[in-house]
Amino acid sequence: MAGAGGRAPLGLRRWLSSAAPAPRVCVVGSGPAGFYTAQHILKHHGGALVDIYEKLPVPFGLVRFGVAPDHPEVKNVTNTFTQTARSGRCGFYGNVTVGRDVTVPELQRAYHAVVLSYGAEDNRVLGIPGENLPGVYSARAFVGWYNGLPENQDLKPDLSCETALILGHGNVALDIARILLSPLQLLRKTDITDSSLAALACSKVKRVWLVGRRGPLQVAFTIKELREMINLPGARAVLDPADFTGLESAVKDASRPRKRLTELMIKTALEKPVEMQAAAAGAAAPREWGLKFQRSPQEVLPSADGRRARGVRMALTRLEGLGDSAKAIPTGDVEELECGLVLSSIGYRSLPLDPAVPFDSQRGVIPNSSGRVEGVPGLYCSGWVKRGPTGVIITTMNDSFDTAQSLLEDLQGGVLDLSPSREGFGLVESILHSRGVRPVSFSDWEKIDAAEVARGKAAGKPREKIVDPAEMLRIIGH
Amino acid sequence: MAAPVARGGSVTRRLLRGVSRGLSGAGAPAEEPEAALVNVVFVDREGRQVPVRGRVGDNVLHLAQRHGLELEGACEASLACSTCHVYISEPHLGRLPAPDEREEDLLDQAPLLQENSRLGCQLRLSPALEGARIALPRLTRNFYVDGHVPKPH
Repeated sequence: MAGAGGRAPLGLRRWLSSAAPAPRVCVVGSGPAGFYTAQHILKHHGGALVDIYEKLPVPFGLVRFGVAPDHPEVKNVTNTFTQTARSGRCGFYGNVTVGRDVTVPELQRAYHAVVLSYGAEDNRVLGIPGENLPGVYSARAFVGWYNGLPENQDLKPDLSCETALILGHGNVALDIARILLSPLQLLRKTDITDSSLAALACSKVKRVWLVGRRGPLQVAFTIKELREMINLPGARAVLDPADFTGLESAVKDASRPRKRLTELMIKTALEKPVEMQAAAAGAAAPREWGLKFQRSPQEVLPSADGRRARGVRMALTRLEGLGDSAKAIPTGDVEELECGLVLSSIGYRSLPLDPAVPFDSQRGVIPNSSGRVEGVPGLYCSGWVKRGPTGVIITTMNDSFDTAQSLLEDLQGGVLDLSPSREGFGLVESILHSRGVRPVSFSDWEKIDAAEVARGKAAGKPREKIVDPAEMLRIIGH
Repeated sequence: MAAPVARGGSVTRRLLRGVSRGLSGAGAPAEEPEAALVNVVFVDREGRQVPVRGRVGDNVLHLAQRHGLELEGACEASLACSTCHVYISEPHLGRLPAPDEREEDLLDQAPLLQENSRLGCQLRLSPALEGARIALPRLTRNFYVDGHVPKPH
């Protein structure tokens, strides 16, 4: 593996023999952005010490709480992260909320450089009437619920209706559609939480519409996820061939990914008459899903008693402009889509962490240049809080390497204050102690990990996630 | 992002290669370790050349990592990411077994996709790769400024 672990001792020896003080770097957030930033710094600086802080007692951020449970291959990346964490020059401090338990200025006084990689913990809101009705959930909360994110365990989504409507055409929307329609026996073998599996077992949802404001050429999901949905056992795709008229020639000169993605949608839409498919699948495939285009949500409609969602009124749109920059303009026509479950999947959103850190609330990112936070020497950012909440793991990896590179350049260029009084965790530890905060180490996490794996084993799952932080702390004797 | 890609590759040529490989392999079993060496040149992200001698069957991703190249394998060769994206020189590319659909799907997520893009984890050294240049995409510092396209939902 390309992790930093294997080389650390040699690099450290080399570093200790020189006179320069070891730079101490702090990384806030232990998701892919935090770990890839740490990895790159450790690998390319033989003496740097990197401490990773995490709000939860458990590491890996969205790899644990975002990646779908039926995508275990993606989670292999935690092996590389684990190697990094086990490096003698890397510390992990979980159960520490930066901005509350310790402030960013306090971290800046303890470290020579601070990297903010805390991701996007909020979601964009629709801003339409009825958005807060029971039966309407954010995709972020729904994903957190089935993935065992502690803060979403009380969501208990009502799955008693037959039709769900997902607003958004990204990979998160497809993940949710897949989880809602997957045969239970497929989910049972994943690390989906026991309680969400039980809720899905009672689910009445058999039809899922994914609705977007724009057209097929503007969908944000990727072909791998679409193909998975198309091949989902027991569910059939319902795509309206009329939505794809003329698109074959429109994508002739498009980029290869856009072309292949569009061609797959067209092929699926035209494949077989719906009746034939239904007949072939028989009663065994009562579930279906489909894509609806050029519909912008106007209002979530309440049931007669006003107690829950019964549908969404959509404004039909026409597109102005081409490609990614096309804009959806309401035509004036509206349509009501009946559904009992509304999941809004229109994007995640980063939040400001600390008043001491500049934040662009319009774009939802920390203003930066190649990861250097504007106007604050020694402060960096990487991942979604740096460039916005889009992209797959390679995007975040490259972006984190870019930030790490900036930091290494600044170290080399003498830009950073390397005074030895910045003792790193030693200073932070006393602050945390005075505030009654007890951090969780990486070996503590490994105990929690082992407990989860053991619990999962009995049920034939890779792990049974512990969803209560208090229980995690009990396991490690805190 | 690269222009649309029409991927060719001669099936006939690949089949012939396969046959000749099979014959030569059967000929001298005792010589196998010697005969099974393949020379390739990795080109790192700064354009530096790293000549490497590997064995038939070596996984290109792992070979690159063993020789210190900055190539990640986030999903550990399970076809769930595109972090081991590389470019293969001609005529070697055309001699390789064509990528399957799953590899093609992941290549679509790779930044700086080109016609000669492949995933390193899906490639094994074979005589077909003798003399090949295997280049890592050059992610310049400006890539994020110039190449990043925000995706509205």
